Amino acid sequence: MSSVLYDAQGPRAKRRNILYTAVFLIALAALGWWVYTSLDDKGQLDWALWKPFFSGTEAYSTYIWPGLQNTLKAAALAMVIALPLGAVLGIARLSDHVWVRIPATVVVEFFRAIPVLVLMIFGIALYSQYTNVSSDDRPLYAVVTGLVLYNASVLAEIVRAGILALPRGQSEAALAIGLRKGQLMRLILLPQAVTTMLPAIVSQLVVIVKDTALGGAVLTFPELLSSANTMSGYYGANVIASFTVVAVIFVIINFSLTSFASWLEGRLRRGKKSTGAVLGAQDVADVAGTAATGAER
Amino acid sequence: MFDFLDKYDVLGAFWTTVQLTLLSAVGSLVWGTLLAAMRVGPVPLMRGFGTAYVNIVRNIPLTVIILFASLGLSNTLGVTMGSDKVDTTNFRLAVLGLIVYTSAFVCEAIRAGINTVPVGQAEAARAIGLSFTQVLGLVVLPQAFRAAVGPLANVLIALTKNTTVAAAIGVAEAALLMKQMVENEAQLLAISAVIAFGFCCLTLPTGLILGWVGKKVAVKR
Repeated sequence: MSSVLYDAQGPRAKRRNILYTAVFLIALAALGWWVYTSLDDKGQLDWALWKPFFSGTEAYSTYIWPGLQNTLKAAALAMVIALPLGAVLGIARLSDHVWVRIPATVVVEFFRAIPVLVLMIFGIALYSQYTNVSSDDRPLYAVVTGLVLYNASVLAEIVRAGILALPRGQSEAALAIGLRKGQLMRLILLPQAVTTMLPAIVSQLVVIVKDTALGGAVLTFPELLSSANTMSGYYGANVIASFTVVAVIFVIINFSLTSFASWLEGRLRRGKKSTGAVLGAQDVADVAGTAATGAER
Repeated sequence: MFDFLDKYDVLGAFWTTVQLTLLSAVGSLVWGTLLAAMRVGPVPLMRGFGTAYVNIVRNIPLTVIILFASLGLSNTLGVTMGSDKVDTTNFRLAVLGLIVYTSAFVCEAIRAGINTVPVGQAEAARAIGLSFTQVLGLVVLPQAFRAAVGPLANVLIALTKNTTVAAAIGVAEAALLMKQMVENEAQLLAISAVIAFGFCCLTLPTGLILGWVGKKVAVKR
């Protein structure tokens, strides 16, 4: 796209671009210098504060790895529970019966309109007031509950969009050879929709991994972000260093997931196995055509 | 059943939520548009910066960004955001964090909008001798923005919900109020119903109205 907006550059444009590059470089350098001096003034660049991450594995084995395990555990649990729930809700929204379709629609739209944090706070109060889940387990339960409620409804939209993206002829042909509605969904539509939905589902995993951090900040769930907090307390207030390391880990995980999703999307688009459109993270809202999505946190 | 509400400033908390949303929306629209312009522009360094910014920021949890703004920027580096009151500082830090995070999504929404403009439009604009700034500002961006209303509405709704993360640094908005209420009162369902209703009032109309506007203004092709 980018090359369409401007011509191959002549001498004047090249000179101008060099000027822009220089100005931008100076601005970036000024920003970098400001960051450097303010870090240096507060002694945040002292080797002692960064040493735990570059020499020895103690910081990783004591703080980061257990936190990361909890992050991945919560994300995996949420995904495994939300996926079937989302599939059921998504198919229910496509039902021919009003008394199935309307409740499913209300549930999906309701849980997508509400912030995950609110659902998590609801979860932790629910478990402490009405159940006898031990107080150690409560944060994990609450985080997973919040993530499941929100992501099941987002996944329901993905499933619905995946099925709607299939050509109508598929259903017509299946009905014409005498399949029942259950068989149509199970044998014809779902198997094709699953491949088209894969990239969107992988992208949703990024959202889930990011949202586990809410549990660490608000619900005392011991995940990666909260291990940054305890870690910086232990190593002498190296807030900047701890947060940098944790942010880098999040970026590595999520960037690999994002890249995998777009690789998968490209591969499925090129391949001719499926008849439907391939759904990337962006496409779901377009196909489903519903009002309040906000699916891209 | 709802008489406990008298003790709490529910409307005030939601007003803070609205303020957080609107201020961050304006800020991230400006910064996100600039980023999008950088990403499609002819200067390689700016393109690289835009791409790196979006890919890094999008993959860091918002909670990490906002907590870093409070613990790292404010407590460690002494950034005060021009205020000596803790509450105001935290509010402004939350807005800053939300802008940093949301502008990555705004940039992607606008870039997707630019991609819907047919190649011929830009080619025709170049053929009559317009410069890059003119092609982008007069021909491509106006059409791109009209196509981007729908995706931008999604970003705005996500932003409204994301303002709850500011509760992590003690900004007195709806989620923090909910946390205080469920700790003090034994009225879980009533409290949740009130908070959920508040958020539905904020997000559902935004989606419906902007969805309608998006359909209305989209360039018919």
